[in-house]
Amino acid sequence: MNVTIVDYNSGNISSVINSFKEVAKDKVNIEVTSDLNKIKSSDKVVLPGQGSFKSCVDALNNISGLVDTLNDFAINNKKPLLGICVGLQMFADVGYEETETKGLGWISGKVSKIDNQNGKYKLPHIGWNQLNIVKDSKIFKDIKNNSHMYFVHSYEFIPDDKNLISATTDYSSKIVCSVEKDNIFGTQFHPEKSDKIGLKIINNFISL
Amino acid sequence: MLKNRIIPCLDVKNGRVVKGINFVDLQDAGDPVEQAKIYSDGGADEICFLDITASNENRDTIYDVVEKTSKKCFVPLTVGGGVRSVEDINKLLNCGADKVSINTAAVQNPEVVVESSKKFGSQCIVVAIDAKKNGDKWEIFTHGGRNNTGIDAIEFANKMEDSGAGELLVTSMDRDGTQVGYDIDLMSKISSMVNIPVIASGGVGNLDHLVDGIKLGKASAVLAASIFHYGKHSVKEAKEYLDSKGIPVRI
Repeated sequence: MNVTIVDYNSGNISSVINSFKEVAKDKVNIEVTSDLNKIKSSDKVVLPGQGSFKSCVDALNNISGLVDTLNDFAINNKKPLLGICVGLQMFADVGYEETETKGLGWISGKVSKIDNQNGKYKLPHIGWNQLNIVKDSKIFKDIKNNSHMYFVHSYEFIPDDKNLISATTDYSSKIVCSVEKDNIFGTQFHPEKSDKIGLKIINNFISL
Repeated sequence: MLKNRIIPCLDVKNGRVVKGINFVDLQDAGDPVEQAKIYSDGGADEICFLDITASNENRDTIYDVVEKTSKKCFVPLTVGGGVRSVEDINKLLNCGADKVSINTAAVQNPEVVVESSKKFGSQCIVVAIDAKKNGDKWEIFTHGGRNNTGIDAIEFANKMEDSGAGELLVTSMDRDGTQVGYDIDLMSKISSMVNIPVIASGGVGNLDHLVDGIKLGKASAVLAASIFHYGKHSVKEAKEYLDSKGIPVRI
């Protein structure tokens, strides 16, 4: 099996690569590439993302044909895809970081700044916070409710269809921390930085 | 709810840990990779490396350490010390650091903070503020605490938030190495003023100091070196103690 981590100059993806390689060992081949043919032929795709919504969308668009290839992969061919952090946020129709920017539009909704309640809550939301699992998700197999995951973000994804939310976390409000829509998975937290439980979630995705 | 973080810090010189611990099961007490792994297995919420390598020819040793550590530890890794430019930050991130802390360069050339937070995202830019009390204010020191810039630490903290820092690592130079506790006034002043998380550093000698850093200093995270290095306390003990004092921690 091939799992491809999309390398589209979206910032620092070393930790994502290291964690997937750690979980995959020799069983699964982990590719790190922006090569469209390799993405097409892989079994699963991971879409990481760091920095701003706009910088990530711009970086995707800078690689000719990449968005179409990802659309084919996830929407037309319905193959498993995992978005991490801004990778998840880009599923939305639109994001408001820096300036209004169109997303991939895979899951209707928007990405806006977390309400810090007039400075009562620090932003970025950095650190370990707990999962409130609200719906069974394949990537949460054997993951206990209230497990701690590592977060670092100032913007949150607000999907229109709340039924797609698989877990939330409590901060200034209930922040969406994971979604599942058919073959499309996303986590706002960083499984690659969330210790053993994070690696377990990566393993669940690889094992789908 | 969001937990307060405990961050053990390792001083690394020429690729080796300075002030090493004597863990019985440690094969190589000077190996930062092995020590980081012990901390992360013990429940450290993040790991911090401070590179204190003096000579330029040995600077590359830290990259090797970061690369190896990031393949073994799956909690966030912050690396600081000698970071001068956007290129230095890029190199550390590519080796597997999750955050880079900038000290002297942030004072001398704040553009580095602006540029790097735009390029890599605020989430990976930590500005390290070394401050020393002078009368009723605190002044910023650079070059590992050797140079007094006369810059007001509180104003500088504000400026760094505006420049795009994702977190501030605040060290009291008066307290560093003394084991008498954090400079609570300094921590709480900065933490109350900025909207980004503050990591308290400098002066921890016992577990109550960690409690004070969070409760009184209002820090989001507490960093300590020697209480963990010398095996006085494990990270696990620290967390259990904080938990017993009603501080939310990841256990």
